[in-house]
Amino acid sequence: MPENSPDIVLRDLTIGYGGLAVVSGLNVRLPGGKISVVLGGSGCGKSTLLKHILRLHRPISGDILLGGHDMFSLQGKALHCLKQRIGVLFQDGALLGSLTLGENVALPLREHTRLRDRAVREIVRAKLGLVGLAEFASYYPNELSGGMRKRAGLARAMVMDPDILFCDEPTSGLDPINAAELDQLLLELSRRFSMTMVVVSHDLASMRVIADYVVVLGDGRSLFQGSVEELEKTEDAYLRRFLDRMAQERDEPRLTMPRLDPSMMKIDCSQHLAGTKAVD
Amino acid sequence: MSRQGEATLSPLAALGRVSLGVVNEMGAMLIFLFHAFRLIFSSLGQFAKTVRQIYFIGVKSVIVIALIGLFTGMVMGMQLYFALSMFGADGFLGSGVALSMVRELAPVLTAIMVTGRAGSAMTAEIGVMRISEQIDALETMDINPMGYLVSPKLAASIVSMPLLTAFFNLIAIFGGWLTGVLLLGANAGVYWNRVQSSLDWDDVSGGFVKSLVFAVLVCTVCCFEGYFTHTRKGGVGPEGVSQSTTRAVVTSCVLILISDYVLTSLLW
Repeated sequence: MPENSPDIVLRDLTIGYGGLAVVSGLNVRLPGGKISVVLGGSGCGKSTLLKHILRLHRPISGDILLGGHDMFSLQGKALHCLKQRIGVLFQDGALLGSLTLGENVALPLREHTRLRDRAVREIVRAKLGLVGLAEFASYYPNELSGGMRKRAGLARAMVMDPDILFCDEPTSGLDPINAAELDQLLLELSRRFSMTMVVVSHDLASMRVIADYVVVLGDGRSLFQGSVEELEKTEDAYLRRFLDRMAQERDEPRLTMPRLDPSMMKIDCSQHLAGTKAVD
Repeated sequence: MSRQGEATLSPLAALGRVSLGVVNEMGAMLIFLFHAFRLIFSSLGQFAKTVRQIYFIGVKSVIVIALIGLFTGMVMGMQLYFALSMFGADGFLGSGVALSMVRELAPVLTAIMVTGRAGSAMTAEIGVMRISEQIDALETMDINPMGYLVSPKLAASIVSMPLLTAFFNLIAIFGGWLTGVLLLGANAGVYWNRVQSSLDWDDVSGGFVKSLVFAVLVCTVCCFEGYFTHTRKGGVGPEGVSQSTTRAVVTSCVLILISDYVLTSLLW
């Protein structure tokens, strides 16, 4: 494994909130230099897992190793160095609303480096250019669409040239064209910089395009680990149902409500009006 | 235990739970304040952030402080004039206005106005950042959210509040002159002489001590409520932020008045 594309190892990991386990006994090795997709239905613990890997919450038990380093035993400078090797794209970009896109992307550079203003501006322009937003550096996040905010979030996540990139639902809320563009962008970044990427998603179409390795969570545990091809061939009943249902939704978007009979929607007021005088 | 015994003890148990909750919250706030204070001087970049916050908390509050100060002084000038002239003591108008403003009203009203204008905005800003994962984003970028968000606000409050209080004092004493002297005919020379002779350094410094304590209180409570919005019941959405903002303003105002009483007892 090359030093700049570390593996991520989850060992006997149990995560949750307030002592209540959401996912238990997780043993996973996410390969370095590849794109791993953590898949699962809503509420299965995907984002919870991501927050634990990012050290935002402490696991109930077990270890999280990034490039062989235990995230929770590192302190001081070692932790500082490891954190700077990590970039994170949050679900809605999580850009600071009080800063422009340029200032948002420049923030890690200004906080952690002593680069001159001119150098910072050039790096910011290059990173925003990478995601096609070079002309929007002076815009505030609320002046941009959801897709643009995500791309700007990606530029910020990439600004310190991280070795590991985490993405939380990168395509959720995007139209198919924007989602496909973002997938291509992630693929290109992964190929160009041979980064370790972990993408948390429930988007099967996106998973098929970008994933080298897939972990499926459900029922409070890991249901599957392997390649996309292996997942497609699975005979597991739950996974089959999950895959087929998602494929069906993609092919023919379905109404989540049964159709209403219009005649049932008319409210009968006759009994309330009985006994009242009609006014012309 | 019998059902009757349980019924007798349940209000006591509830009181105990509330008391423990309050003590727990106060302890958490103190630790929060300690961390925020520790990070004020953590880097050179803090200075620029503090200056921006001074502009927001201090400069942008000047107009509202001027308005409140002017009308408070005018009302005080009018009421005191009527009351004192009944005893032929309208010459003490300047003393009454100056002492009541410098010792009590200016620090308290300034703190309450800053709570309403800047404190509520601090809670809402930090609360929205919490629920939209911006604080998580700061942590993952290895930027301490306390140092980035809270410490500059604390430093700016400590700088701004005494200055705003001083400004309130000036405008309010001028307001007392407007109604007492200009409108109702008290002697201008006597008014200014009484203002000057009745105030000594203890009054002024006591007022500033109060404003410093209020600055720390308001900033700590408002930032704390925003920072921990997500830990409250129903605190993960916009409703949670609005509840935190309300709680921050109410708690700050109550604490300002309680600590004002304590400080007045200790200082004079």
